[in-house]
Amino acid sequence: MSTAASAYAKPDVLVSTEWLAGQLNNPKIRVIESNEDTLLYASGHIPGAAHVDWTADLNDQVRRDYITREGFEALMSRIGATPDTTIVFYGDKNNWWATYAFWVFQLFGHTNAKILNGGRLKWEKEGREMSRETPTFTPTQYKAPERNDKTIRAFRDEVLKVVQEKGQLVDVRSPDEYSGKRLHMPDYPNEGALRGGHIPGAKSVPWAKAVNPEDGTFKSVDELKKLYIEEQGLDPSKPVTAYCRIGERSSHTWFALTYLLGFPNVRNYDGSWTEWGNSVGLPIEK
Amino acid sequence: MSDTRSPVAYPEPLQDLLDTFATFDDPSERAQVLISYSDSFKEVPPEVARRPFPKDHLVPACESEAYVWAVLRPDGKMDLHFAVENPSGISARAMATMLTKTLSGLTPAEIATVSPEIVERLFRQNISMGKGMGLMSMVGAVRTLALRAQGIEQKPVNPLACPE
Repeated sequence: MSTAASAYAKPDVLVSTEWLAGQLNNPKIRVIESNEDTLLYASGHIPGAAHVDWTADLNDQVRRDYITREGFEALMSRIGATPDTTIVFYGDKNNWWATYAFWVFQLFGHTNAKILNGGRLKWEKEGREMSRETPTFTPTQYKAPERNDKTIRAFRDEVLKVVQEKGQLVDVRSPDEYSGKRLHMPDYPNEGALRGGHIPGAKSVPWAKAVNPEDGTFKSVDELKKLYIEEQGLDPSKPVTAYCRIGERSSHTWFALTYLLGFPNVRNYDGSWTEWGNSVGLPIEK
Repeated sequence: MSDTRSPVAYPEPLQDLLDTFATFDDPSERAQVLISYSDSFKEVPPEVARRPFPKDHLVPACESEAYVWAVLRPDGKMDLHFAVENPSGISARAMATMLTKTLSGLTPAEIATVSPEIVERLFRQNISMGKGMGLMSMVGAVRTLALRAQGIEQKPVNPLACPE
């Protein structure tokens, strides 16, 4: 483990491609791929990896909400996991959907979870084995607790209270979204909210600044401290709420702040800008 | 089975493709076919273009960094060529292959009938957030080139823009 990695608050949450390559036949480990592009998994994945699709597997199919306890149990059964299974998440786009899936799994208390540092990009760049074979898993009995929305998830009215009390908010979207010039990332449909701008008081720290673009790995703890604490003045001793458009990019920032920098109280506001920018009467800054 | 009737009459090879895709009820079956098209992608030949590819052939709003060329033949037919620079551009390569197989070698007037609405009919639930926009933009770029070959300049259209 590198010196930089050992300085992370919770270094064991990240695993290397080298380590994972030696664990592919370990029955106590379940690798999960979660991507933005739903074709990617079928086109080739880490051998033995299960596919978890953020829309179909993690979100309620009717209400804008996450799956229930029963849905999570069914998912874990499908991928042959038990509470003792170590789940290793990875995916495309610097692991942003992998950290999203990781965050949802934490809502149900599956703390035995890791992120493959560098994700799909690093694995592919290193020329490591990929497979098109879809693995089959023996269904398991998984007893999950009720979903806990209190600790790491923030809701609209709680965020409004943060604004009123001038608490810490991090807007992880692109600068154009933060300023209100765009309502979505560049090259994405410019829609999703009726109003542009940001939640008053939010600091702008685009999520991808936390990773090294050449291989998708997270930056060193010193670089992350500079990014979030020195440059933006975030105080680790106070609560922080991160948001983006629907909570997927902000889950990446939630992960970096919580596990790499050790912020003890970070929540992801998954309603994010698609809720805030469409809600009547909520304050907006440009 | 969904209605495969097109708002306009597409060239037969494209209509046949759309009719075939309309039979896929199983998302995984559709995904496998799309991946097979991606696997058979052939990049623009060097006699048409070499790297670094000129930016005026870059498809706008496509995160896979796709490029498109339309080459008019002496017989008046048009050949289409693509490049996709993003190694994870599976969907873009699939789209490029399908456009090439169904439209390349037709007249510009026939090619110009293509519409971005084919993207949803081909990809259905395999369209992710950003991909749909990029794929529709690829189709739009092909249409623009085909119209230009007929001397018709069309202002680039955002397929998702609200009507004024």
